Amino acid sequence: MALSGIQIYKLLPQTNCKECGFPTCLAFAMKLAAKQVELASCPYVSEESKSQLAESSAPPIRLVTLKSDGYEVKAGNEVVLFRHEKTFYHKPGLFIRVSDKQDAAEIKAGVELADQYLVNYVGIELAVDGFAVAADSGSAQAFASAVQAVRAASQRPLILLASDPAVAQAGLNALSDETALLYAADAGNWEAMADLAKAQKAALAVRAETLDELADLTEKIKAKGVEDLVLDPAAESLSKSLMLETQIRRLALKKNFRALGYPTIRLPRNSAEAVQAITKYTGFIVLDAFSPELVYPLLVLRQNIYTDPQKPIQVQPGLYEINKPGPEEPVLVTTNFSITYFSVANEVESSGLPAWLLVTDAEGMSVLTAWAAGKFDAERIAKAVKEFKAADKVTRRRVVLPGHVAVLSGELEAELPDWEVRVGPREAVDIPKFFKQVLG
Amino acid sequence: MPIEIPKEQWPGSVRTVTIGATSANGGSRSQVVTVGGETALPFMHFESQVPNPPKVALEIKDRRPDDWSPLLLETWRDVVDDPSLWAKAAEAAGADLIVLALSPTDADGNPTTPDQTVKSVKDVLAASGLPLLVFGAGQADLDNALLVPVAEATKGERIVLGICEDKNYRTIVATAMANDHLVTARSPMDVNLAKQLNILISDMGMPLDRILMDPTTGALGYGIEYGFSAMERLRLAALQGDSMTQFPMIVTPGFETWKTKESKVGEGVPEAWGDWLQRAINWEVLTTVTLLESGADIVVLRHPESVGQVKAAIADLMAVPETA
Ligand code: B12
Ligand code: SF4
Repeated sequence: MALSGIQIYKLLPQTNCKECGFPTCLAFAMKLAAKQVELASCPYVSEESKSQLAESSAPPIRLVTLKSDGYEVKAGNEVVLFRHEKTFYHKPGLFIRVSDKQDAAEIKAGVELADQYLVNYVGIELAVDGFAVAADSGSAQAFASAVQAVRAASQRPLILLASDPAVAQAGLNALSDETALLYAADAGNWEAMADLAKAQKAALAVRAETLDELADLTEKIKAKGVEDLVLDPAAESLSKSLMLETQIRRLALKKNFRALGYPTIRLPRNSAEAVQAITKYTGFIVLDAFSPELVYPLLVLRQNIYTDPQKPIQVQPGLYEINKPGPEEPVLVTTNFSITYFSVANEVESSGLPAWLLVTDAEGMSVLTAWAAGKFDAERIAKAVKEFKAADKVTRRRVVLPGHVAVLSGELEAELPDWEVRVGPREAVDIPKFFKQVLG
Repeated sequence: MPIEIPKEQWPGSVRTVTIGATSANGGSRSQVVTVGGETALPFMHFESQVPNPPKVALEIKDRRPDDWSPLLLETWRDVVDDPSLWAKAAEAAGADLIVLALSPTDADGNPTTPDQTVKSVKDVLAASGLPLLVFGAGQADLDNALLVPVAEATKGERIVLGICEDKNYRTIVATAMANDHLVTARSPMDVNLAKQLNILISDMGMPLDRILMDPTTGALGYGIEYGFSAMERLRLAALQGDSMTQFPMIVTPGFETWKTKESKVGEGVPEAWGDWLQRAINWEVLTTVTLLESGADIVVLRHPESVGQVKAAIADLMAVPETA
């Protein structure tokens, strides 16, 4: 949390020498608090004040970045408790757990599958972020081989789940030139883990049963020079994890409590825990296993929750060609809300049927929302037909309206007298059937 | 040094609403369901006691649905042809409440008649002791024509009648008031619209402990973020003391998710979507758990397996952490 003008004033020389261009130190302090001037304008601030001011302007939740060859996963730097207050910025990283008890071939096959996984959601390619290698065997050598096996199959960032420092070290030694996350330091092993994280430039997760202990540990570890910390509040129920994640975020944002101003990590045991991790503040999430039928909805949920509430995702208005349409093909009308556009475009595309898709500028709203808001009416559709020169592309002039706005067909006929206006089905899923049965 | 945990103290609270009446109170239900009463954000046990867990309703129809996912039809099998069998099966699947959603027409396309509807409702009440919600088909004239006789024929049962929307609420509210029932009020994902409709309904004299509000939701991938934030804002407004937002929230993730392509279609979809049935159930469960985190008091589902998973999540969310 930023300091107030008065708090900043106390750190200034208080001589009112005016060299900063302001009549008093207090006036300058007020401008600094409002972030309208730079501290450097005052030549007389002490080094100690400088470092205090720098500290206070650091983000309340530290940004932690895991890096590997070509990839980065960031968490932290969030500024609100509720997404409607601004937005959530850094999507939690989704990691897949791998055990060092599996043999190398098994690890390779599993990791390759998850590494190459890509799923398209409204035109965005979604993927998992990395892997978490677990030292289940207890053997340093087995762990190192497992890390190597994962690295051979994927370049994505890694989390090393190894709380025995000797085992963890073997895992880290198997990596070079990257920032992995080491999990986890606790009351028993923290000194060795901190040394290791420092020497190997790894981020370090810290685990404790209570927030008091957790804060104690992060302070001690920070004093040893490790700053990229990640918190594991070690909750065993959904209610407890919700409580602790909420308390951590509140302490960081509302009290500027530095000892807990770090992103968090969770290892969900079921889908409900994963949902809560995404909706309520977790920074790094380790899934037990990779299954597309769960990873796909989790990736979509993450995308949705981390969408900026001020900016619906939109596509460019225009006349789109799907499956190489000719002049006989129909012109389907829709809006430029991404979810709407892709529901329709994907449906037509996968059916193999050629068509023109006229995307009108409905200010990024869905069909019914835009209709209710007056942004998708006969006039706007007719305007788009003209603007994007649909008549030049087709000889057979047929427009198809979304079934939900069947009421517009009369007005649209009046607006476009030389076009045939058809009403399509309500849901995009039924478009292929409609093509076959109605358009023939 | 022990950390001082910031605790919120809210001036407002959500009203407590009881659905259904037992014979002692003029109805025939074997149990009643009470929701609401929150005095803090969802599941903040460390700030105040969470008085009532969220409840799970299963949606059944008055006849075999025309447009439901084949996965749902395969699961429920023959009971979809008989609302009383379906209600029994829903109860057996672990539902706390039953939503009977009316179809606009019969299987041959003739408009549903009040006689048919009253019979369906009575059959359901006879088959299951769970409290009931009856939702019209969403066509104002027809809904009114069907819901009024239902309300009269079941006076005193404290059924929830719906769905009131700004275009159509007067008749439903009036009959609910006259026959000791409740109503649910739906508005499109907006705090002010929700308030407006709640004001209109309470201005008619509807007792405030007989109103549920439905802020509308979208499915995961289809606008859930709007519903999620609208619900968080509504709950914050309620706790801050805004009387016309202090109603328990009901949402319909079953209806929303089972119309998505992810749930409806098994063939010709990307391989990256994974197993169809598991995906469809995940879609419903993940959407529902998201909405529980943002303050849902009643969630209306469609698949029996989702009920088990959602109830397990609710139990876990209701477990009071020992440090609280
Ligand atoms: C999310 C949402 C919002 C979001 C906006 C999201 C956005 N960017 O559009 C917000 C919260 C901002 C919003 C606002 C409003 N909303 Co709104 N909203 C919804 C909601 C919940 C989901 C809409 C959605 O995203 N659907 C998913 C997309 C993919 O659906 P779709 O665009 O219709 O596309 C499908 C089909 O139409 C079809 N299709 C699309 N194109 C084509 C083309 C052809 C040729 C064919 C054949 C088919 C086809 O395929 C798609 C998939 O099947 C719906 C209710 C619901 N659950 O559906 C209400 C809803 C659309 N909203 C409604 C209203 C009234 C409003 C407001 C006017 C309220 C207000 N006064 O504030 C405002 C208007 C906006 C404004 N003034 O700023 C009403 C509309 C009622 C009506 N029938 O008129 C609805 C139906 C809710 C309700 N039941 O009352 N809304
Ligand atoms: S330059 Fe520094 S010391 Fe001089 S008035 Fe400005 S803030 Fe005060």
